[in-house]
Amino acid sequence: MPATKSISGPQLAERISGAVPDAVEETADGWVQLRPQSLVDVCRYLRDDREIDGRYLNSVSGVDKFDYFEVAYHVTSLSHNHTFALKVRADHEQPEVPSVVPVWLGAHLQEREIFDLLGIRFTGHPDLKRLFLWEGFPGHPLRKDFMALPGGEHPGLQRFPKEEPGQWGGEARVD
Amino acid sequence: MSIKTEPMVVNIGPQHPSTHGVFRMRVTLDGERITDAEMVVGYLHRSMEKLAEERTWTQNIPFTDRMDYLAAMTGNLSYCLAVEKLAGIDVPERGQYLRVLFAELQRIASHAMANGTFVNDCGAWQTPLFYMFREREKILDLFEMVCGARLTLNYIRIGGVAFDLPDEFMPQLQALVDELPDRMDEYDSLLLDNEILLMRSRDVGIVSPELAMNASLTGPMLRGSGIAWDIRKADPYCVYDRMDFDIPVGHQGDCYDRFLVRMAEIRQSLRIIKQAMAQLPPGPFAAQVPLSLRPPAGEIYSRIESPKGELGFYLVSDGGPTPFRWHVRSPSLINLSALREMMVGQTVADAIVTLGSIDINVGEVDR
Amino acid sequence: MLARWYDFRDLGNGVARMAQALRDAGAPDGVVYALTALAGCLGILIFVGLTAIVNIWVERRLIGRMQVRRGPNRLGPWGLLQPVADAIKLIQKEVLTPRAADGTVFALAPILIFVPAMLAFAVLPWGEKMVLADLNVGVLYLLALGSTSAIMVFMAGYASNNKYALLGAMRVIAMLISYEIPSVLALLGVVVFAGTMQLSGIVQFQDFYWSWLIFFQPLAFLIFLLASTAELNRSPADIAEAESEIVAGYHIEYSGMKFGLFYAVELVNSMSVSAVIAALFLGGWWTFGLEEFVPGWMIFIGKLYAVYFLLIWFRGTLPRFRIDQLMALAWKGLLPLGLANVLLSALEVLIWQEYDVSAGIVLPIFAVVNFVLAGVLLVAFMRVMTRSFERLPKRARLVPDISVPLPGEPATA
Repeated sequence: MPATKSISGPQLAERISGAVPDAVEETADGWVQLRPQSLVDVCRYLRDDREIDGRYLNSVSGVDKFDYFEVAYHVTSLSHNHTFALKVRADHEQPEVPSVVPVWLGAHLQEREIFDLLGIRFTGHPDLKRLFLWEGFPGHPLRKDFMALPGGEHPGLQRFPKEEPGQWGGEARVD
Repeated sequence: MSIKTEPMVVNIGPQHPSTHGVFRMRVTLDGERITDAEMVVGYLHRSMEKLAEERTWTQNIPFTDRMDYLAAMTGNLSYCLAVEKLAGIDVPERGQYLRVLFAELQRIASHAMANGTFVNDCGAWQTPLFYMFREREKILDLFEMVCGARLTLNYIRIGGVAFDLPDEFMPQLQALVDELPDRMDEYDSLLLDNEILLMRSRDVGIVSPELAMNASLTGPMLRGSGIAWDIRKADPYCVYDRMDFDIPVGHQGDCYDRFLVRMAEIRQSLRIIKQAMAQLPPGPFAAQVPLSLRPPAGEIYSRIESPKGELGFYLVSDGGPTPFRWHVRSPSLINLSALREMMVGQTVADAIVTLGSIDINVGEVDR
Repeated sequence: MLARWYDFRDLGNGVARMAQALRDAGAPDGVVYALTALAGCLGILIFVGLTAIVNIWVERRLIGRMQVRRGPNRLGPWGLLQPVADAIKLIQKEVLTPRAADGTVFALAPILIFVPAMLAFAVLPWGEKMVLADLNVGVLYLLALGSTSAIMVFMAGYASNNKYALLGAMRVIAMLISYEIPSVLALLGVVVFAGTMQLSGIVQFQDFYWSWLIFFQPLAFLIFLLASTAELNRSPADIAEAESEIVAGYHIEYSGMKFGLFYAVELVNSMSVSAVIAALFLGGWWTFGLEEFVPGWMIFIGKLYAVYFLLIWFRGTLPRFRIDQLMALAWKGLLPLGLANVLLSALEVLIWQEYDVSAGIVLPIFAVVNFVLAGVLLVAFMRVMTRSFERLPKRARLVPDISVPLPGEPATA
C-alpha cells in the first residue's frame, strides 16, 4: 500500500530556484518559504510541471504569529501521490499576499475565509469579501490581539463577565 | 421585436426544507434558468477555531463532534490522528481496529442520510429517507451502546478510543451486517433503476474532472467525476492498509454518479467492517496519554477520508497545553468552491438537486 | 320501476317517492324540482364534508405505512381524531395577509377554488337514480371545470406578491393547460366507444354489455390517470407545490383557514377525479351483479377509494418530475398515445356499427386487441423516451487502487 510521500523542503527549493529565480526565502524540512511577489509564478510552475504535478491544492491556512502573518499552502499530486507545503509571510500592519485563485480555483473560498478571520488581503482575488461574518464587523477575530486585555499577553474571552463564586447559591467553590 | 425581460433575484434559504441546514443561495433567474449563483454562509459560525485556542488539546475533541454533526466519528478521528502525529503517540492495535470499525459504521450512517435526503430533494416525499433511516437508527443504537451518545459521540480520543466494546455489541453488529446487503439490494432495485430519479439527476450538475481537481473537490464529488482517489488507499491511516476494499468511481460527474458512488461506498464500508470484526485483536484500546498533553513545538497537516471528503487538520503547537493554531480543512466548505460553475445554466429545481448531491453539512461549512 | 322508498340500494328511491308524493299533492313542478335538487345537494355536501375529513386520515395513515412507519396514532383510536385536530389547528391560526399583496384577489382565491371542485360532483352517477344533474354533456362539463381551476391557482400565486408563489403559479398554468389535451383525448376515446357523453349513460353502457370500460380502453385509463395526477397537482407531478424546492409554491403566503381551504380543495378534487375514473372506467355503481345485494352507492364509494389509493400510492413511491420533463411527457408522450387511442376506438366502433356485428363476438376481440396495442405502444414509447439512460451504466465502477492519470495521458483503469 503506498503512503503519500512528502517532498522535502530542500529538494523542492532546488527545483523552484531552478525555474523561478529568487523565489525562495527560507527552507525547512517540511516546507519552503517563498517571497510573496513570486508566489503565483512558483505555484503555476509547480502545478504545470510534469514531475511535481501540484494540481491539487489541499488547504490554505493562515496563522497569526504575533509579529507577522503566515499563509501555508499544502499541495498534493494525485498522479504521483506526493505532497509538499509552501509558506508565505506577510507583515502585521498591511498584510497583503497575492492570491493563487488563478492557479487553483479551490483557494477561492479558503482565501475569503482567511481574509474574514485574519484580515490578510489577497491581491488579485476575484471576489474578496467576508465569508462568515457580516460586512461591517469590527476587526478580524482570529488575530491574536483581538479582544486582548490592556497590556495583554494572552488573547481570549476574559472580557466576558465571569461568574462570581456562589452566584447561583450553593457552596462557593474556590478554584 | 424582442421582449424586455429583467432578471429576478431569488433567495433560496436560509430557512428552506432542502438546503441541509442554514445555507443561503442568491440565484439570479432568467425565467427558470439560473444565470448567476452566489452563496452566503456564516449563519452557523460558532468561532470554533478561536475557541479552540483557549482549550487544551483534549478539550477540543467535542468541537470536532459538532462540526460535521452527522459524521462525528470521522471528525474525532481526524483530529486525534493529527494530535498523535504531532505528539508522537502510538495507538495500540485494538484501538486502531476499533477506530476503523466505527469510522466505517459512521460512513454508512452518513451516506444513508445523504442519499435519503438527496432523493427527498428529488421529490420523493421522504419515503426512501425513512427506509434508509432504519439502517441509520440501528447504527446509532450501536453508538449509544458503546459510548452513550447518538450524535455527538466524543468517542475517539487521543491515544485510542474512550471505552471498550460491551458484550452485547458484537451480536447486534453481526445482525446488522447480515441484513444490510439485502437492504442495499432493495434500495438498488427501488432507487438506482428508477426512471424518474434518472431523469431528475442524470446530466445535472456536471463537474468535469479538471474542474474537480482544480477546485479541490474531495470525496464522492471527486470520485463521481471519475478520479479514483481515496485517502484510505493513498495515505493509509490506522489499519486501512490491511483492509481489502475497492474505490467506487462515477462516469461523468453528475448528481446521479455521486449518488451511485455513495451507494457503492456503503457496500465497501460493509466489507471493511466484516474484515475489522474478524481481525479485531484483544488488548488495550488506548495508549497512556498524560493528562496535560503538551506536544512539542511544530506543525502538522493531517487528513482522513470522511464521508463528505478530505477532512484535514492543520495544527500548530508552541509546546503549551493549548493549540497555537487550530485550523480545519473542511470538505463541505471546499466542495462548494465550484458551486457557481455547477449551477449556472440550470433550472431552480436542478439547483436544489445539485445542492443535495454535494452533501454539505453546514456545521462543517461554518464551524 | 318504482321500488320501495326504503330500498337503500338506491337512495334515489326515497327522493323519487317524495317527488311523487308532492306531485300527487298538487305542488307545482318548480317546487318539486327545487326540493329534489335540495335533497341531492344535501347528500353531496354531507359526502364532501365527511370525505374532506376522512381523507386526511386515510392519506396520512397510508403514506405512513408506505414509509415503514405508523401514521398518526395518538389522537383517538388509530388516530381517527387527527383530522379534527388538524381542522381545529387551522381554524385557530392567525390568517396573515402580506401588506403588498392584492387583498381582494388574495382573499377570493381560496373561496373560488372550491367552486369547480364542488360543481364536479353534480354529474356523478352515484346510483341508478342518484344523479343530481344528469347532463347529456356530462363529460364535457367535467373537462371544462378542470380548466377553470387553473385560473384560481394563478390568482392565488399572483396575488401573493412573492417570487416563490409566482414561480409556482407559472408552473401550474403551464402544466394544467398542457395536461388538458391528453385528458380530453382519453375521455374522447371513452365517449366514442360508449356512444354518449352522459355519465349515467356510460355506466348503463357498461351495465348493458356486462363489462367494465377499462377492458376496452386500457390506454385511455392510463392516460387519464396520469393526466389527472398532473391536474390535481399531486406527486409525481406536484411541481406547483414542490415542498422541497419552492416551499409550497402558490399557497406559500396563505395561513390559517385560507390554507385549510387549499388543502381541503386538493382532497375534494382528488375525490371528484377518482369518482370520474370509477364511473367511466370501473363501472360506477355496477359491478357484475353485486349491486343487487350491496347498495350501488357504497360500491361506487368503494371504487372511488380504490382509485384514491392508487393516487396515494403514486405519491408515496415516486420522485417528482421537473417542469420541462412534465411538459415533454404531456406533449410528446401522452398526446400521441391519446390520438392513437381515439383513432383505434373510432375504427372499432365503425366496424361494430357499420357491419352490425353482434356484440358478444366483437367486444372480446376489441378488448384483446386494445390491450395488446396498449402494451405495445407503451413499451415502445418508454423505450424511446428512456433511450438516453442506457448510454452510461447505472452502477458505479469499482477500482481496486488509486489511479489518477497526468493531463494528456490516457486513463489506465
